[in-house]
Amino acid sequence: MNVRLITSFGFAVFRLSTPLVFAALSAAICEKAGLFNMAAESMMLWGALIGVIVSGATHSAFVGFLAAMAAGAVTGILIWVATVKGKADLMLAQIAINLASSGGTIFLLFALTGEKSNSAVAIKSLALPKINIPGISAIPVIGKILSGQNILTYGAVVAAIIMSIFIFRSKTGHHIRAVGENPHAAESVGISVPKVYFLAWTIAGILGGIGGAFMSMGYLTSFTKDMVAGRGYIGLCASSMVGGSPIGAMLCALIFGVADAVSNQLQLTNAPADLVLMMPYIVTIVVLVLLSVIKHSRANRRMKAKS
Amino acid sequence: MEALRMEHITKIYPNGFVANKDITFSVQQGEIHALVGENGAGKTTLMKVLFGMEQPQEGSIYVNEQKVNIKSPLEAISLGVGMVHQHFMLLPSMTVAQNVTLGMEPKKRGLVDAEKAVQMTQEMSDKYHFGLDARARVSDLSVGLMQKVEILKALIRGAKVLILDEPTAVLTPQETRELFEQLKLLRENGHSLIFISHKLEEVMELCNNVTVLRHGYCNGTHPIEELDAAKISRLMVGRDVVLKIEKEDPKPGKPILEVKDLVCVNSEGKNAVDNVSFSIREGEVVGIAGVEGNGQSFLSDAISGMIKYDSGSVKLNGQEVGGMKIKDIRQAGMSVIPEDRMTVGCVNDLSVRSNAIADRYDKKENMSGIFLNGGKQKEITEAMIKEFEISCDSQDEAIRFLSGGNIQKVVVAREFTSGANFIIANQPTRGVDVGTAEMIRKYLVRMTRENGIGSLLISADLNEVLEVSDRLFVMRQGKIVAAFPKANVVDVDELGEYMLGIRTMTAEEMEGLL
Repeated sequence: MNVRLITSFGFAVFRLSTPLVFAALSAAICEKAGLFNMAAESMMLWGALIGVIVSGATHSAFVGFLAAMAAGAVTGILIWVATVKGKADLMLAQIAINLASSGGTIFLLFALTGEKSNSAVAIKSLALPKINIPGISAIPVIGKILSGQNILTYGAVVAAIIMSIFIFRSKTGHHIRAVGENPHAAESVGISVPKVYFLAWTIAGILGGIGGAFMSMGYLTSFTKDMVAGRGYIGLCASSMVGGSPIGAMLCALIFGVADAVSNQLQLTNAPADLVLMMPYIVTIVVLVLLSVIKHSRANRRMKAKS
Repeated sequence: MEALRMEHITKIYPNGFVANKDITFSVQQGEIHALVGENGAGKTTLMKVLFGMEQPQEGSIYVNEQKVNIKSPLEAISLGVGMVHQHFMLLPSMTVAQNVTLGMEPKKRGLVDAEKAVQMTQEMSDKYHFGLDARARVSDLSVGLMQKVEILKALIRGAKVLILDEPTAVLTPQETRELFEQLKLLRENGHSLIFISHKLEEVMELCNNVTVLRHGYCNGTHPIEELDAAKISRLMVGRDVVLKIEKEDPKPGKPILEVKDLVCVNSEGKNAVDNVSFSIREGEVVGIAGVEGNGQSFLSDAISGMIKYDSGSVKLNGQEVGGMKIKDIRQAGMSVIPEDRMTVGCVNDLSVRSNAIADRYDKKENMSGIFLNGGKQKEITEAMIKEFEISCDSQDEAIRFLSGGNIQKVVVAREFTSGANFIIANQPTRGVDVGTAEMIRKYLVRMTRENGIGSLLISADLNEVLEVSDRLFVMRQGKIVAAFPKANVVDVDELGEYMLGIRTMTAEEMEGLL
């Protein structure tokens, strides 16, 4: 195999995994709180659009990035308001918000720019910086893969580590897990379940927003219609495979990143394009089934050992 | 000193149900105070009021002779009132220490100080001889130990008054004895305990004073010295509960159920039911006594078709039930009062009526053509409600809103009126108040004698198996280790020796009794 191919493939894996990792972390924090986050899709979509608009308007990638986080957070909080305050069904509320976001982002784009599918011409958005890691960048092959990635690719790893510490070691993290496992138990010792849900949705929103910002300000520098394309759902799968453990979710997201990269690579060949585009999603199903089979057989064995 | 006083408590639910009416009682410091009453007498409501989960319409609460206003469990906890719920409020995936310190975790440099949490928990556990490992995961603990975690949770928050809602319902006899020692230790340490129980012998053994509730009213507080079990049950139900059941000798007819060389293998590969053979004839109740977990549940499940047995045969009215569908087994004449009424006995969210007619809604006579016959269903249910004195707001009420005793009555009513000629009653009176238990037992005996059905009674309640059964077997480690021709003359101590494995009958001794 040629070295160039390996480096470009390896580089693509990490680049393509980045939004998936943020989506997975977004789903993971909700999962730990006992919530099912189907709306990472919307959080990312709004993050992507608002990031582009604000960075274009302020000529600051950083401000754009902050705005993307805020947009994601608002999406999350909206779900909290609908389901906790408004007592709406969680699944239905999320489906509604996903459909509304798909149309809503296009509407906002159109209202601001007159464009219907792409912001590239109308908005001069800035890109988030790439980072060269001194030392590592000098190593052959590996240096080319690991160094020179977007700042958010490294940010994804940091976010997973911080979240892991937060969930497993901090007091608030304990409370989130307690609510996720048995809300009545948490309530009985004075932990406010609605507050914990608020926190979970806000953090999930911020993470989703960052994932969206990466897509429109790191990967590309423009917003395109429905650009998230199911990544939020893939992140949800990654998180549920590992029961919401942040590090595990990150690693699972990486598997899907590989599938994504393979599919990208195959598009350059003569393989039928539509079939190739299905790859990441098929991998999702296969991995999901495999992992659940393993999990069940392990649980069975443990049950037997116990009785 | 008075640790707690509840005065003139009246609680009326929005639907008009008067749960508590002008109840006054007080608990001294350093006593164990029993709160007894039938299901639905208002014990749980009264404790919910005390713990801030319900607000009373009238009445006041004093803690340490100070008038207090308890609006939430948190306020109750901060006043030193703790509650050990019947359904545990635990997080199985977390450790004992994490559960105990939840919501009040010690912190170090912004993060939870796990070591400190373990240390706090371990100290508290050791102080009261709870024998818990603070680092153990709760899901790995036995039910008895989980309960200790619950008690620790209350103690570590500074509870001086501890409410225990039927704490022994889930425990084995050994665990119960251990719990009692620890509760006595808490009493010596100046804690006040409110002990809710149906089991009068436990109340007699443990408590200093007994407050009796009946239909929402308080029927007085009595020092234990003035009471015995019979007196308490009279105060509870307002009439003498006959702990002895009058019945004539059975006149057994032809065999209905024949079990031969039955073997059930559990998930570990051991024989949970090990070569068991016996038969049950028309007009007799056969009882099975034994320490729980010695194969009784497997036996009951195998006979009723809930699990497949591995070898042997079970014949009902001459027909082999192995491999038959449960519906067909019922059709062939079997009724089952299952051990766990909430998961097997009824569908929690369905109405009283749907549960009552669950086994017969599709019978030809209960349908109108291809459609369900609502009128007929109502009629059947109404008859059951009347005959079994089921108290519910309406037939349409979801069954889970009924008290445990009334849910059991629905199950019992359905199974007793199904027209079967063989009934398995597995723990039919567990967690049921004295009055209902008496009714269920009498009904079982009457059905058996009058309708000539065969009954298999499996129970952990020794008084029950001894009083209700005609023939009595003892099960241990999957085997029948003793058989008695007449249950009501069996000596309890002797029975205990067979149950615990001190004695075993030989095949010759049991000959002709199985």
